Amino acid sequence: MKPSELNVLVIDENRIRAAIIEEGLRGAGYDRVTVIDEMHGLARRIAELNPDVIVIDLENPNRDMLESIFQLSRAVQRPIAMFVDKSDEASIEAAVEAGVSAYIVDGLRQERVRPILKMAISRFNAFSRLNRELEETRGELENRKVIDRAKGLLMRSRGLSEEEAYALLRRTAMNQNRKIAEIAQSLVTAASLLDPGAKE
Amino acid sequence: MTTRHAITAGFVPLLDSALLVVAKEKGFAEAEGVDLTLVRERSWASIRDRLAVSHFDVAHILGPMPIACNLGLSAPAPKMIVPMALGLGGNAVTVSAALWRAMAGEGAKDDLDARGNGAALRRAIGRRRGEPLRFGVVHPYSGHNYELRYWLAASGIDPDRDIEIVVLPPPDMGDALAQGLIDGYCAGEPWNTFGVLERGGHLATVKAAIWKSSPEKVLGVNARWAESHPEALAALLVALHRASLWCARPENHGELAQLLARPAYVGRDAALLLPALSGTLPVGGGIVRQVGDFFVPHAKAATFPWKSHALWFYTQMVRWGQIAHTAGHRRIAAQTYRPDVYRAALTALGVAMPSASAKVEGALTVETPVGSSGALTLGPDGFFDGGRFDPDDVDAYIEMQAARRSGD
Repeated sequence: MKPSELNVLVIDENRIRAAIIEEGLRGAGYDRVTVIDEMHGLARRIAELNPDVIVIDLENPNRDMLESIFQLSRAVQRPIAMFVDKSDEASIEAAVEAGVSAYIVDGLRQERVRPILKMAISRFNAFSRLNRELEETRGELENRKVIDRAKGLLMRSRGLSEEEAYALLRRTAMNQNRKIAEIAQSLVTAASLLDPGAKE
Repeated sequence: MTTRHAITAGFVPLLDSALLVVAKEKGFAEAEGVDLTLVRERSWASIRDRLAVSHFDVAHILGPMPIACNLGLSAPAPKMIVPMALGLGGNAVTVSAALWRAMAGEGAKDDLDARGNGAALRRAIGRRRGEPLRFGVVHPYSGHNYELRYWLAASGIDPDRDIEIVVLPPPDMGDALAQGLIDGYCAGEPWNTFGVLERGGHLATVKAAIWKSSPEKVLGVNARWAESHPEALAALLVALHRASLWCARPENHGELAQLLARPAYVGRDAALLLPALSGTLPVGGGIVRQVGDFFVPHAKAATFPWKSHALWFYTQMVRWGQIAHTAGHRRIAAQTYRPDVYRAALTALGVAMPSASAKVEGALTVETPVGSSGALTLGPDGFFDGGRFDPDDVDAYIEMQAARRSGD
């Protein structure tokens, strides 16, 4: 059996992350990858697929169920949790850190599984990074919107130009050691309190 | 207090995480110099894994799970010890409205009686055609699994042949019941109260009726951490002891329910948490029953890690085919629970505690004063079928249970 012939099952309720892992594994030459994002009927699916390696996100609340399926099933080869090789504590820690857990059919040699685990860890980390960046971008967009509204308020109520309004916000933020977006938010909130009907 | 101890504890959002939550929120940890960080997890597997890689130093964990880990049953993780229990009881068996109707037709009553309602369930199963009934539990190595199986087996129901037992996350139990995916479940709180009040379920019986004063969650500790941080562990045990006293006071139940209801902890309405604390349980159909010892956080040496509890869990692992019985396995099970660590930490407080490390389970039929001070009472600790477990004669108990199984 070549490494690529290992039968890998990815269980993840997050379809995007599952797709990222699947793509990574296929790119590395693992052709037999199955993705499951639906927990219902899991026992039957595992019996049908008879995977050599199962990758699942650590936070999945169904892991207790998954482990009980391994315990009960006499039909499939019994997979065991990845905490097998104590000499490999560093990679186990990296996996838990990244939020991956893996189950490996008993008897399968560690070095055949390690590349899969490594791939899953790096893809999980990449996904988290992507998520963080997305949130940051979303946050920046929100900030820009609130700053625009605050500028509008200043321009109308004090007859400032857009540039002057922005400069005033920036100066206030610097004086108070706060972010421009925070000052803008305070201004928008205050304005809506003073004049609830007004749309700036 | 000069020394500060930073301790990270994992917990699963359940009522019996109360001692850890109270130790932190009511300042008992702080008073002992412990900076306690609580981290919520959604599965016991995750608790185990994070303990193994030292993300957690200690955790709220199922009583049998550290034993299973040390026996190599669930991933050969680093060794764990149990220096304290986190209360007694707290579980119940909830069944669907349809199954309750069938049981009531066979004589089941609203009294939560394990014997009568177990017999009614047996008769209802006898009449049933088609698919076997399906019951949910939270984990294979859980008090829930073992007490459900004990109740069924002693009621003449074979838990492997006559019904099917599946594992589900506790928050999903009520929905699975309402959708007909399962017919009943054994879980901790607030999930029985939730099933009854919001998903049309009915209580069949409670843990305290199957086995009085029986063990449930414990404090699982990474053994390596315990060895290198004996002072921190002792300080935490003192804090948890004080928390258990606080939890036991009826005047604190309302505040405790509010605390646990916070999103960071159980994250459910306080009204779902209060019944288990007060022992006033909605059983279904608007009926309420008082079960005084439903969940016991402090009384009856509720935090004492009895070796006889560890050994009873071990006998059930053997009984249900999870592990072979050997003298070596029995020793590992007994050594997982550490009353010596408990005593060493709490002796200085003058706390009344048992002088023995194990007791004959099921021997006390009434509340019984123990120890010279008379400040401590134990029991009753009876099994509903009158069974007794002598921890000095594990072999005989295992043989007796095996014989009963092959004999039917």
